[in-house]
Amino acid sequence: MSLPAPKLDDLISREYRHGFVTDVEADALPRGLSEDVVRLISAKKNEPAFMLEWRLAAFRHWRTMTEPGWATVRHPKIDYQDIIYYSAPKSGKTGPKSLDEVDPELLRVYEKLGVPLKERELLAGVAVDAVFDSVSVGTTFKAKLGELGIIFCSFSEAVQEHPELVRQYLGSVVPYTDNYFAALNSAVFSDGSFCYIPRGVRCPMELSTYFRINAKNTGQFERTLIIADEGAYVSYLEGCTAPMRDENQLHAAVVELVALERAHIKYSTVQNWYPGDKEGRGGIYNFVTKRGDCRGDDSHISWTQVETGSAITWKYPSCILRGDNSVGEFHSVALTNHFQQADTGTKMIHIGRNTKSTIVSKGISAGRGQNAYRGLVKILKSADGARNYSQCDSLLLGDRCGAHTFPYIEVKNATAKVEHEASTSRIGEDQLFYCRQRGLSAEDAVSMIVNGFCKEVFKELPMEFAVEAQKLLGVSLEGSVG
Amino acid sequence: MLEIRNLDVRVDDKPILRGLDLTVNAGEVHAIMGPNGSGKSTLAQVLAGRETFTVTGGEVRYDGRDLLALPPEERARDGVFLAFQYPVEIPGVSNVYLLKAAVNAVRRHRGEAELDAMDFLALVRSKMKLMDMSDELLYRAVNEGFSGGEKKRNEILQMALLEPRLAILDETDSGLDIDALQVVANGINALRSPERAMILVTHYQRLLGYVVPDFVHVLSQGRIVKSGGKELAHELERRGYGWLESQAAPGAGSDAAR
Repeated sequence: MSLPAPKLDDLISREYRHGFVTDVEADALPRGLSEDVVRLISAKKNEPAFMLEWRLAAFRHWRTMTEPGWATVRHPKIDYQDIIYYSAPKSGKTGPKSLDEVDPELLRVYEKLGVPLKERELLAGVAVDAVFDSVSVGTTFKAKLGELGIIFCSFSEAVQEHPELVRQYLGSVVPYTDNYFAALNSAVFSDGSFCYIPRGVRCPMELSTYFRINAKNTGQFERTLIIADEGAYVSYLEGCTAPMRDENQLHAAVVELVALERAHIKYSTVQNWYPGDKEGRGGIYNFVTKRGDCRGDDSHISWTQVETGSAITWKYPSCILRGDNSVGEFHSVALTNHFQQADTGTKMIHIGRNTKSTIVSKGISAGRGQNAYRGLVKILKSADGARNYSQCDSLLLGDRCGAHTFPYIEVKNATAKVEHEASTSRIGEDQLFYCRQRGLSAEDAVSMIVNGFCKEVFKELPMEFAVEAQKLLGVSLEGSVG
Repeated sequence: MLEIRNLDVRVDDKPILRGLDLTVNAGEVHAIMGPNGSGKSTLAQVLAGRETFTVTGGEVRYDGRDLLALPPEERARDGVFLAFQYPVEIPGVSNVYLLKAAVNAVRRHRGEAELDAMDFLALVRSKMKLMDMSDELLYRAVNEGFSGGEKKRNEILQMALLEPRLAILDETDSGLDIDALQVVANGINALRSPERAMILVTHYQRLLGYVVPDFVHVLSQGRIVKSGGKELAHELERRGYGWLESQAAPGAGSDAAR
């Protein structure tokens, strides 16, 4: 039938909408990485000696390592000497004191992305620590949070203002020896977010950071450290979009979460970095190490992520369930389209007694996208009565994409209970036709079907973030379906 | 309302419909009967806009417009409804969500205000009573884990909500026990009206005992080989389809549908 009706293929091949590069003067180092560059970064940031030593140790360790090759992703070899390791928008030596001092061009970028930096965030109850390229431009609500003793600031600021906390916790969850990218990050990380919730305090608002990669060829090495002291609670949101560009960009962030006794950390991510064009050119390489340490008894860490962007995603937000009765959760939606590749999942390491973990992973592959779930559930000998439930579902759109599931289970304690379920399904033309026959546009139908598939994960996201996540999924799949 | 002229349809170069003619006026109920593989379901799906079929000749006019030029969703919004032989499951999408999205898509198209959640619930509950469906089916995923009878009722429920002008029911009676058949038939009968036309595609005359058609057509080898009133269905039940097969041979001509 000669209808001009959109096919599934067309719907999933729309162009990235957040493609623009902002013209901001950048203060960048030359390309390449050496001990001098590490020293320069540390000096530019006016860091105390312990930081420089730590960076140098990480750098020396990194040089002894080789890039891992076990993930089911393919990319051209990364030339680590062809990357600029530090770039900050020029904003004077002291930095802006208020939004008025912030480069209006920067503010315009946030405007375009709909980032609420001004009154809007108050209405939404969100405090934003915005990271533009590598340096924080504005931190809001600090005073209000300060009354509760909550520290929420850029990492650089934390190094200056709270060196004792940084020193105590930095690298305590992800040591620089952990993996290749974590070592690289430890050596050269430029900035990131720091958050400390004191004993017994429930953070009254969702804390949020918007990351954005902008200057050309600048690897982004963010470092996030969140500490919830005994009985504290915090919900942290990380979200990002990036401008259209040609060259591959490396992003190797490290996120460390520490939950002490009875503390609860909820970490939610919506990641929408440039995935490359339809032919798979460009796009961001996202090699991230995220790990939470349930250090105290009865602590709780939950990761929720919606991954729609990046050319390559390599990321396993994990939980070390050290405290007795501690709980780890991982809820994930990963979408790959065109030539995107994702190798993502989680690790749940059960050490304490009666520890519990839940894994819900939803992979969506479209175009020629490749999506792999890789998860480890490890129950150590000490973990009496440990329980895990894993569910991995894959949804395929079209017939040129792929889904892979690699569950690793290691159980060393006979009292453990481990359950694993997996499924793979396909959005068929018949589902699409059914919905269209009921009057829904093809776009709305795809969006509805995919959102239905992801429902279990979206309900874990804070309300306003869930809406954003659905939108991003819509954008990534077919355009502006809300 | 609907005029099908000399319609040729192929699937993978295999002719399925070969010069089919059919005229359906508002208020009429037509039954399309025929042996398996005669092209009944193909006709239903082509009218609804399924893209797996290729129309190689002929035309279809719906209220004077070229129906084949419209994508499926526009046909639906314009009042063409297909009750599926095999309703599709959509995991994670609640039935009520799809129903509301469908109703509001049609309402938008008609220039009517969209229904809010409260109004919609009141509407859907009143229609569900008619179909003897429990509230719980609203909150289950679309058709997922529905019994055969529940799926078919759900189709008729959608028809009742969308109030189409041309309803095509594809083997709606298949897989129904006698009680469910009665409920579904009541639902269909309640929707008969002078403004609405229906095409019942069925293999057996079972449903036609409950929903009495104005016209019965026999489809064989891609064309209508015999048309008549409701008594034709009874004759088919007695004699089978064999005696009509010879008339379907190419060149025999069809003085089909009125």
